[in-house]
Amino acid sequence: MGPRYHQSMAVSAGTKLDAQTLRRDFPIFEQEIHGKPLAFLDSAASSQKPRQVLDAMTEFYETSYANVHRGVYVLAERATEALEHARDRVRAFLNAPEAREVIFTRNATEGINLVAYAWGLSNLGPGDLVVVTELEHHSNFVPWQFIASKTGAELRMIPLDDQGELDLSVLDSVAGDGRVKVVATNLISNSLGTINPVAKLAEWAHAQGAIYLCDAAQGAPHTKVDVQALGVDFLAISGHKMCGPSGASALWGRAELLQAMDPFMTGGHMINSVRLEKTTWGELPHKFEAGTAPMAEAVGLGAAIDYLESVGLDAIEAHEHELAAYALGRLADVPGIKLYGPPAERRAGIVSFNLEDIHPHDVAQILDLQGVAIRAGHHCCQPLMQKLGVAATNRASFYLYTIPEEIDQLVDGLHAVRKVFA
Amino acid sequence: MSTDPGLESLYREVILDHYKNPRGHGVIEDADAEAEGQNPLCGDEVSIFVTFGEDGETIDDVKFSGRGCAISQAATSMLMEMTKGRTADEVAALDKDELLAEIGVPLTPVRLKCAMLGLTTLKVALHKAKGTPLPDGLAGFDELDLS
Repeated sequence: MGPRYHQSMAVSAGTKLDAQTLRRDFPIFEQEIHGKPLAFLDSAASSQKPRQVLDAMTEFYETSYANVHRGVYVLAERATEALEHARDRVRAFLNAPEAREVIFTRNATEGINLVAYAWGLSNLGPGDLVVVTELEHHSNFVPWQFIASKTGAELRMIPLDDQGELDLSVLDSVAGDGRVKVVATNLISNSLGTINPVAKLAEWAHAQGAIYLCDAAQGAPHTKVDVQALGVDFLAISGHKMCGPSGASALWGRAELLQAMDPFMTGGHMINSVRLEKTTWGELPHKFEAGTAPMAEAVGLGAAIDYLESVGLDAIEAHEHELAAYALGRLADVPGIKLYGPPAERRAGIVSFNLEDIHPHDVAQILDLQGVAIRAGHHCCQPLMQKLGVAATNRASFYLYTIPEEIDQLVDGLHAVRKVFA
Repeated sequence: MSTDPGLESLYREVILDHYKNPRGHGVIEDADAEAEGQNPLCGDEVSIFVTFGEDGETIDDVKFSGRGCAISQAATSMLMEMTKGRTADEVAALDKDELLAEIGVPLTPVRLKCAMLGLTTLKVALHKAKGTPLPDGLAGFDELDLS
């Protein structure tokens, strides 16, 4: 077996985090799986939750719970204040100008659908182009494909190069003489870990007269996201991938765009007045938040942001780069392995691979029996899988609580997989 | 590293044997019945081809092609051996427990879908050719072309 991780390889400079200590905040690690320590290497699908987030939600339920924005009693006021505080935490986290530009959604998929429907249906038509990339999660591909087909617009793809990075040299030829109206890409690929040049893409989109939407579901957990510095028009985040609970995520959009848009869903809370002959919409953000909000979950998301900021986004990013480099190095020594994606310095903590021609489901199943949790499948990226010429890959992904010993456990597990299929 | 007992039971010899040496693997040109199945969870695909004997009912030959995990490939390989010589009606009524007994290892719900992909696809092929009943739920089918 390859070299073990040595403590001397860990970096202990000021901005570094101590994953071993942070792990104690996460109750999930207090158990064994199949009698082995849990090596949880599937944080790109969803992250684990620190006690601080769980406690914040419990406290909200125990002390401040009531429906928001309606009641005039103390609990309703407390709940409203807690929800709006969470909104402002998201605003600050994204360095957005105004809290009313932050819309709570169930997940990043809903945020992207909101824009695809509410902006796309009114602004797209025949002859218009919607440009996405070969690297998109289905969440930022299928809504655009669907709305393009509804409106007669055409969907085009920015291609990948051999290293799994976007080939920006062909941007203008992708556009051709078409009218680009929307450019939508992710910040970090959930499948390959590729970090995309969002500021450049947004600039190109604007030069075409298009709007630019950023899917930051995988980006926001791992790197500082500043919507003003990136120059984007819309940006969707996924709360559950950044230590928050499932069910609360957010879409940020420029106020002037959001104001000009029709609502996405209609019903309670999102109205100004309802008459038999006509309903008028509420102000931002309420216009886009029909129905009862995921209140406790939003409070949890706010607490997750507090947690991430107390650890430090820079430290998280550095930790992930270090783990990605360590993992790529150790995995390269496993006979028969094929690694996908860019070099460590240009990727987040995500490593996709295949082992000989062993199906990823079999790899993941045998790893599970050794306490190692990885993803096996198409990662909601079937267009990318087609590009790579595979049906599926294995994916190990890391977060602030990931320790190198888990990567060692993965590598040992892969040797066991090879033995089964030898 | 010591091997977990669960590991040996799931990937027991007979499954690995069917996976590495699949029975009835291939394509039948001009088949009397055929269908394509997909498992949207993992992107696995299987195509099944059937020819009937002179009575037009008994399965004379059955083959499969496609890609998938060891469980789905081994289960489909076992299925080819189990169904050759049976009639379309018998196979349409074949209980999944009969195939599960042949596989002989406990499967999680996700892996159950892998194991059933071949059987489901075979039943769809027979349905298209003979009008036999469709399998329960059609689980695992992304898109059904019954035309």
